[in-house]
Amino acid sequence: MADNMFKVEIITPDRVFYTGDADMIEFNTVQGQIGVYRNHIPLTTVLEPGLVTIHEGDVQKVAAVHAGFAEILNDRVTLLAEVAEWPEEIDVARAEAAKERAEQRLISKNAELDIKRAEFALHKALTRISAAEYR
Amino acid sequence: MASMRDIKRRKSSIQSTQQITKAMKLVSTVKLQKAKSHAEQTDPYFNYMYHTVSSMLAKSGNINHPYLTGGDSTKKAVVVITSNRGLAGGYNSNIVKLITGNEDLKKEDLEIYAVGGKGVEGLSRRGYHIVSDDSAIMEAPSYPDAAALCKKVLDSFAKGEIGEIYLAYTHFKNTVSHEPKLIRLLPVDIKAQEETDEASNVLMNYEPNEEEALDMIIPKYVTSLFYGALVEAVASENGARMQAMDSATSNAEDMISDLSLKYNRARQGSITQELTEIIAGANAIE
Repeated sequence: MADNMFKVEIITPDRVFYTGDADMIEFNTVQGQIGVYRNHIPLTTVLEPGLVTIHEGDVQKVAAVHAGFAEILNDRVTLLAEVAEWPEEIDVARAEAAKERAEQRLISKNAELDIKRAEFALHKALTRISAAEYR
Repeated sequence: MASMRDIKRRKSSIQSTQQITKAMKLVSTVKLQKAKSHAEQTDPYFNYMYHTVSSMLAKSGNINHPYLTGGDSTKKAVVVITSNRGLAGGYNSNIVKLITGNEDLKKEDLEIYAVGGKGVEGLSRRGYHIVSDDSAIMEAPSYPDAAALCKKVLDSFAKGEIGEIYLAYTHFKNTVSHEPKLIRLLPVDIKAQEETDEASNVLMNYEPNEEEALDMIIPKYVTSLFYGALVEAVASENGARMQAMDSATSNAEDMISDLSLKYNRARQGSITQELTEIIAGANAIE
């Protein structure tokens, strides 16, 4: 392993989604987008639905990740995600449909809880659609 | 001595039962393989989750959070995971016994969140209060199912309706050994967490902050425990059924060979008797 590389693991409840080395990883947290290099300070943070980009040399791998948290240590980054998908695995038609549904719900405006859920669903659908563009 | 006809009828009835148990054994063997590999795949997530939460709590002993201190209510919620179908040996009754036999869990304080029809039957018959019945989950447990269950339990925890949350399920050790287990989920047992300590000298930072991170991570932790328990329970159920059906099949085998012996004896006896009668009849004519 070169000096600037670190280990990346993405684990979901159903499988070990990805494990490998990287020299940079970007992902979306509740506090905004962050990029992590080797020797980052130890940090545990909560994920937002968004794209994860793993840079390994010139190769970039993109995946959609929804909900979970990340543990960053100086030589290791572990994402525990509830759902993670490669662009190839995404059903774009379904994501589009989910997006429309969520938008409908947001327009109709019901109780507080509903709006939060609809926003979350919309966020997820948008993430899926943008991840699918990396195919 | 039973007549030949009776023995024959009995034997054929046992034979057809044996065929059923044999088929059930084969079916649960296949299901077990599937459930086992599923359980193995969920393991890394579950382990890592446990590890992270442990090290988080080990370092943050002085946080005053309801998830760590417990609620005010004396009510205790128990999530009971059993199967929907019987014929699995002691699988379901062991779980029920685990709850009825525990002296710390008083019947009047318990709120049962049941997953699996057999648990509902067993506990409601003994007068336990069943709050919810999510038996449909057991057919094919998925993470969203576990999340929905978790939300339901945590909501009543947050409202103060319950003070502690327990989980009763069957731990899948390996194909032949499964162990009924009762663990306390909330408040999180810090004592048990201290054992797992290797990277704890690293000073961890939390974003947004420790309490909010805990607020978001603990529900995920509970969900992952539920999911892990569901998946293991399915594997254990099939393992238990496979064993039960295996011994039923071999018992049937024993009974059949015993009955065959009796049948042959009875047949021989009747032939001997007929011969004696004929000879006696012939003698009488002379």
